[in-house]
Amino acid sequence: MISILSVEIPYWGQTTFRVLGGLAAVLLPAGALVYIYLFKLMSFVQSRLGPMEAGPAGSLQLLAEVGKAFQKEDIFPRKADKLVFAAAPFVVLMSTFLLILVVPFGPDAWFVNLDTGIFFALAVSSVSVIGILMAGWASASKYSLLGGLRAAGQLIAYELPLVLAVMGVVIQAGTLNMQEIVYAQAEGEIFGISGIGNPFIITQFIGFAIFLIAMQAELTQPPFDMPVAESELVSGYMTEYSGIRFLLFFIGEFATAGVFSMIASVLFLGGWWVPGLDPDSNLFNILGPAVLFGKVMLVTFLIFWFRFTYPRFREDQLQKLAWKVLIPLSLVNIVATGILKVVF
Amino acid sequence: MGLVPGMIKGLGVTAKSAIETIFPDGPLKPPSPSKGAVTIQYPHEKEAPAPRARGVIALQEDNCTACMLCARECPDWCIYIEGHKEKAPPRRAGGKPRQKNKLDRFDIDFALCMYCGICVEVCPFDALFWSPEYEFSEPRIADLLHDKSRLAEWMETVPDFESYESGSEAKVRKVPR
Repeated sequence: MISILSVEIPYWGQTTFRVLGGLAAVLLPAGALVYIYLFKLMSFVQSRLGPMEAGPAGSLQLLAEVGKAFQKEDIFPRKADKLVFAAAPFVVLMSTFLLILVVPFGPDAWFVNLDTGIFFALAVSSVSVIGILMAGWASASKYSLLGGLRAAGQLIAYELPLVLAVMGVVIQAGTLNMQEIVYAQAEGEIFGISGIGNPFIITQFIGFAIFLIAMQAELTQPPFDMPVAESELVSGYMTEYSGIRFLLFFIGEFATAGVFSMIASVLFLGGWWVPGLDPDSNLFNILGPAVLFGKVMLVTFLIFWFRFTYPRFREDQLQKLAWKVLIPLSLVNIVATGILKVVF
Repeated sequence: MGLVPGMIKGLGVTAKSAIETIFPDGPLKPPSPSKGAVTIQYPHEKEAPAPRARGVIALQEDNCTACMLCARECPDWCIYIEGHKEKAPPRRAGGKPRQKNKLDRFDIDFALCMYCGICVEVCPFDALFWSPEYEFSEPRIADLLHDKSRLAEWMETVPDFESYESGSEAKVRKVPR
């Protein structure tokens, strides 16, 4: 992201630039999808209007909610492990901000261009499990503990299909670098036809479907919201949190939805690239973030559509889906991809 | 229906519901969710309550004889009545002065009232009526105790009774104005 400006920037300037860019890249999509999907589309699905008072058509509702959360008291349960309890939301949020590092926004617009980008992303996305377990354990509450344990079981179970679904893409692209995965899709061809490149959603459709389902479970969005099942566990690991720390969990949930959708767009939809344009042109440094944002909105639309439609899984159904359906299916997908890669 | 077709049908249901809300005039017309939504934006627009809605109880003070039937029947004792006896002039010249109950206090505590309507049912003198008005919340709970002047104000909001369906034996009550 630095090299698009042809001026030399000192190190502190680059750092500031990166921090601000990272904040914008995480929080802007999160805010947009919370307003557009969670507030508005969900209301339309339920034949109501949603927030209408704060700003035009309620567009400033999220700011109002943030302001409300800031005013509230930061309550610690008496028996809570204070330090761990206080740190847990930051650990969850940290994993989100680490995820954004490897997402490419254009040919030269990236934060860090790691050779093992997707490996790094999958690794740091697991850090949020630790934050959730910390929150569940440190709250000194039965609801929180059960919610934390359920979340840990669910996140670890769905980590596997997530990783295995990515494997197919990695085999096809032949690289772990996120930037090169985009180039592989831009310059690739499907069985000799190269008109629209090779967005991996076409050849890796099973992988995409598994990735979406596993992503939904990783985000603990309904129908995979067993950890926060409000009819059984009040609010799961978030039960004892209030005010600003609850807000951090809330932001973490939807910011992670945005960032995971970015990774899904990069892996399966071609990232910042659109068919018909030269991926090396400087245009993509400006157009790229907007293209990626559009694809993120597409992917999150699917996530939220599933969220609005399906009722919650039972705990055993949830584990069964991961271990008995998604993991075998993704293994088959890897084998098939490998064979086809060698044959063609 | 199998699992997967059922799930796809479910997605269709939510999508249809959303489209019907956003485009109430059909998909080619401009979207107007405020028309498609079944809800009402309350402080800006109000839903007309049904004529017999139980909003608040109104008192026609002239009809009340302080007979205490309503206060006794009230399940949670939220009606407070005080009265005293007065001599009224005789109906005919040379007659004995009549005795009449004068109402001193008639309070309904709407913080306690559960809107069962037994007082309205039981009143033999048509002094109590249901009004569909519902906007009488107060910042202080003590202000929910409506005295007889406040209860009398609600009389203006009592709608005329609609006639029952033909063949009904029930007598249509007349609202005293």
